[in-house]
Amino acid sequence: MHELAVTESILNIALEHAKRANAKQVTQLHLVIGNLSSIVDDSVQFYWDTISQGTMCEGAQLSFERIPARLTCQECGTTYTLDSELTLCPQCNSGRVKIVSGEEFRLDSIEIES
Amino acid sequence: MTSQRVSVVEKILSANDQLAEQNRRILDEAGVFSVNLMASPGAGKTSLILKTIEKLAPTFRVGVIEGDTAPVTIDADKIVAAGMPAVQINTGGDCHLDAVMIGNALPSLPLAEIDLLIVENVGNLVCPAAFSLGTHANILIASVPEGDDKPYKYPNIYRGIDALILNKTDLLPYVPFDIDYFKQGVQILNPNAAFFPLSCKTNEGVSTWTGWLSSRIRHIG
Repeated sequence: MHELAVTESILNIALEHAKRANAKQVTQLHLVIGNLSSIVDDSVQFYWDTISQGTMCEGAQLSFERIPARLTCQECGTTYTLDSELTLCPQCNSGRVKIVSGEEFRLDSIEIES
Repeated sequence: MTSQRVSVVEKILSANDQLAEQNRRILDEAGVFSVNLMASPGAGKTSLILKTIEKLAPTFRVGVIEGDTAPVTIDADKIVAAGMPAVQINTGGDCHLDAVMIGNALPSLPLAEIDLLIVENVGNLVCPAAFSLGTHANILIASVPEGDDKPYKYPNIYRGIDALILNKTDLLPYVPFDIDYFKQGVQILNPNAAFFPLSCKTNEGVSTWTGWLSSRIRHIG
C-alpha cells in the first residue's frame, strides 16, 4: 500500500545523484530489498512507470536484488534462512535468535549516460 | 554519450528519516515525550488513549495527533471531550502517517503546555512500520480477538517497537489465543520490547502501562 511513497523516494534519490553526476539519462537502478521489508516489486514497478515520466529517469529499468531473511541462533550458533514463516531455531528449537539480514531497503547504484 | 555506474548506497526512506529527526528536535526542545501508537483497526487505540488520559490527567497534560484516512473527527472529538488538545490529520486515503504530516501538525499543538504527545497512527499493521515519525517511542497495540499469529504475519511492525500492549485480555477465556505462541513470535523479533497485557474494559493491567509511561515522561520533562 505504501509503495507510492517509497517509489517517490526512490525517484528523488536517483534524480539527485544523477544531477550530481551530470547525467543526461538514467538507464538502470539497482535496488537492494530484504525479504522482511514489506514491499511488492510489481507495485513499485507500476508506480515507477507512471511517476518517472518526463524526468531523466523515464524508461530506466528497475532491478531488485532480494536479500533472504537470515537468522542466527544465540543458543547453538546455527544460522538459518526463512523461507516463509518466522520459525524457531531448526536445530535446538530456541526462540533466542537474531535477525542478521533481510531488512535491507536501499538504492545501491544507478547507471547513467552523460 | 558515455555510460557509467554511479554508487548511491542510500536508504530509500532517508528523506523521511531526516524530517523525523527534525520533529524529534522540536519535541525535545519543548520537553514533550512522544509516542507513535500503531495497531490494526479496532485493536483499541482510541480506547487506550482515553484510558491513558484518564489515568495521567491529574499529573500530566496530554496532546494527541489523530491520523485517519478519511475526513472524520470521531476520534479527535473524543479526545477534546476528555479536555485535551487534539489535531486531526486526514491522510487523504494514505495508509500511514509520515514525518512530513507530523511536522505540519506540530505547530497546531500547544507544545509548551503539554508533557506527553500521543500520535495515533492509521489503523494498519504494514505501512506505518516503514515511516519514522520522530517520536521517542514506538508502541504497538495487539488485541486478543486479532489472533495469536500476528507477530508471524506482520513481523516488520514488531521489529521497531519499544513497547507492546496486548489489549482485550478480558476476552482470553472466550477466544482461542495461545499467549505463549504469541510471545514466542515477539521474542524472535524483538526480545527487548516492554510487554503490557491489559484490558481497557476492566482496567486490569492499565496502571502498569501508565506507570511505565509516566517514568518515561518524567525522564524527558
